[in-house]
Amino acid sequence: MSTISPARAVRLVVKRELNTRLRTRSFLVGTGLVLVLMIGFILLQSSTTGGTGTSRIGLSGQAIGISGPLRAIAADYGLRVEPTTVPSAEEARRQVTSGDLDAAVSGTPSDLTVLVKSDLNGKLRSALARITQQQVLDGELSAAGLNPAQVMGKVSGANLTVSTVEPPDPDKEQRSVLGFAVVVLLYMGIVGYGALVTQGVVEEKSSRVVEILLSTLRPWQLMLGKVLGLALVGLTQLVIIGAVGLALAKATGVLTIPGVAAGALVWAVVWYLLGFLLYATVFAAAGSLVSRQEDAQSVVAPVSITLVVVFLIGLNALAKDPGSTTSTVLSLVPVFSPMLMPGRIATGAASGLEITAALLLTVLCIGLLTWLAGRIYQNAVLRTGSRVSLRAALTGR
Amino acid sequence: MPDSLEIDRISKRYGRLAALDAVSFEVRPGELFGFVGSNGAGKTTTMRIALGVLAADSGEVRFGGAPVTHETRTRIGYMPEERGLYPKMKVLDQLVYLAELHGLTNTQAHQAAESWIGRLGLSARRKDEVQKLSLGNQQRVQLAAALVHDPAVLVLDEPFSGLDPIAVDVMSEVLREKAAAGVPVIFSSHQLDLVERLCDRVGIIRSGRMVANGTVGELTTSAGAQLVVTAPGAATDWTPAVAGTRVAERRGGTLVLDLEPGADDQAVLAAALATGPVTEFSRRRRRLTELFRDAVSEKGERK
Repeated sequence: MSTISPARAVRLVVKRELNTRLRTRSFLVGTGLVLVLMIGFILLQSSTTGGTGTSRIGLSGQAIGISGPLRAIAADYGLRVEPTTVPSAEEARRQVTSGDLDAAVSGTPSDLTVLVKSDLNGKLRSALARITQQQVLDGELSAAGLNPAQVMGKVSGANLTVSTVEPPDPDKEQRSVLGFAVVVLLYMGIVGYGALVTQGVVEEKSSRVVEILLSTLRPWQLMLGKVLGLALVGLTQLVIIGAVGLALAKATGVLTIPGVAAGALVWAVVWYLLGFLLYATVFAAAGSLVSRQEDAQSVVAPVSITLVVVFLIGLNALAKDPGSTTSTVLSLVPVFSPMLMPGRIATGAASGLEITAALLLTVLCIGLLTWLAGRIYQNAVLRTGSRVSLRAALTGR
Repeated sequence: MPDSLEIDRISKRYGRLAALDAVSFEVRPGELFGFVGSNGAGKTTTMRIALGVLAADSGEVRFGGAPVTHETRTRIGYMPEERGLYPKMKVLDQLVYLAELHGLTNTQAHQAAESWIGRLGLSARRKDEVQKLSLGNQQRVQLAAALVHDPAVLVLDEPFSGLDPIAVDVMSEVLREKAAAGVPVIFSSHQLDLVERLCDRVGIIRSGRMVANGTVGELTTSAGAQLVVTAPGAATDWTPAVAGTRVAERRGGTLVLDLEPGADDQAVLAAALATGPVTEFSRRRRRLTELFRDAVSEKGERK
């Protein structure tokens, strides 16, 4: 029997955190809940944008003839349609009512009637309108003695030439959604698991396990083990949620830039770890000041409120313009960096130099806070009873 | 070669309050040392300093002649009062974890944990969370946690509080056995009859200062004894004029006298006989409980 090495000590503490946390129902339920919410959101997104949704259109009577032009024009509008022939107007009505058809089209090509359950998709409306207008136009052109095909060829030959000063980013919208998703995920991870760090520290203190643990562990080993353990638990959750979200968004066609998204996820992981280390040691120090779970709220509140403010300011800056001076400067301030920078990276607004600078500053800040928090933790964690004042914890008096 | 645990003049202040004032005692190998004192007298503080979870302002704790370091601390088995266990962790997992932290390999830790679980009658509960166990069973787990790494010293804070008689017997037996194996064992308790029965030596602490320290025999002898004298013929306010005696109690014709060490009990008997027949004359050794009351009251202060 001998003293264990610091590495093994930290590893054992990490292992305990993983074992006790990953198996808990709250972890499974929490992860499941976020997944369900996210899946719901993505599916909603895919049905409203109509990315891959195929509209089933029933054609009857003379309208059967528009099947070909409908496919072509719908494709212009980014719609996928599946025209089918229905024998009668009654049958069409029945199928629309039951939801088998999204729309039933009847009448002559130049005077189409559309039957839908309650509302006609805007793009489909435009597509059908264009078909009737085309029919009318063709008729008028023929009546005027012109060849409709020739005229239409000239019409479509007349194009608008657009030139831009900056090359447009076709993925801008997706990128900004991605940026938001990353910021929200990181915020939830840091706040949620940060609170668990405090709770864990107070649990050890209130049950006096800490007295036994510290007879063999050094305070920094216990604190580091706990912070790293919970960081890994949170990371597991983040990666599960991120990967499922990415796969689903890609499969449903909501996301067409999987490469960029995967890159954003990797950066999110890096910044999650940095952000967690930055805040978790503070959460641990806060927990060490009190001896009962009931008092934990009072010491956690200042840290949580700081995080909420940082989150809101960061999100606001990101929403206005990820490339603005405000966003850039804030993303370089260590307390903001872990949430704002990954968002800016996802939107493609951050330069390599900015990223490097933010990384360096954050790491420096982590070092400083860890030293400070370690000192508070060490001085306060064995003091039971009433809340230890911050000054007493810092000076060790 | 077993070593003794020495507490050498340790002092600790909390602000203006002197929690400990030059507390010294020694627990020898194979000895059960009972540490008694009122609430807040400094027992827990002393134990926490001995364990190194609290730093003393001055003084030193030595084990085997050398100051206690982080390395020696891992060889101490410690049982804090209420609870020193994770409430939501299973009994077996908990013991294995603590054993591993004290340097056992995973296999050794499992063996040691299972062996103590069996020994302390917790086999049916080994997969239960600690918080679901009864108070007595939780205390058994605590004892197992203190013993699981085969410590060279045992420091136990109130191990007997709240235990039923059967659990007290199990606990006493284990502690005796450990002491017999050459381990210095120190524990605090308020159950003085238990301490008197179990301990080789006793230390009494009052307001952060040791007021008594010795074997139960030494303490009770040096504290003097009491004499019970019944002399029916004596006057109701009769008092023997013998140096070193003092009336403690008077009931009817029976007089209870405090006898200072060295006072002549035969002179008391002679004085009693002078008043007429003496129907009862006995010497009563002081119990630890009485000794404790004296020690923590003003009398203890004068001494």
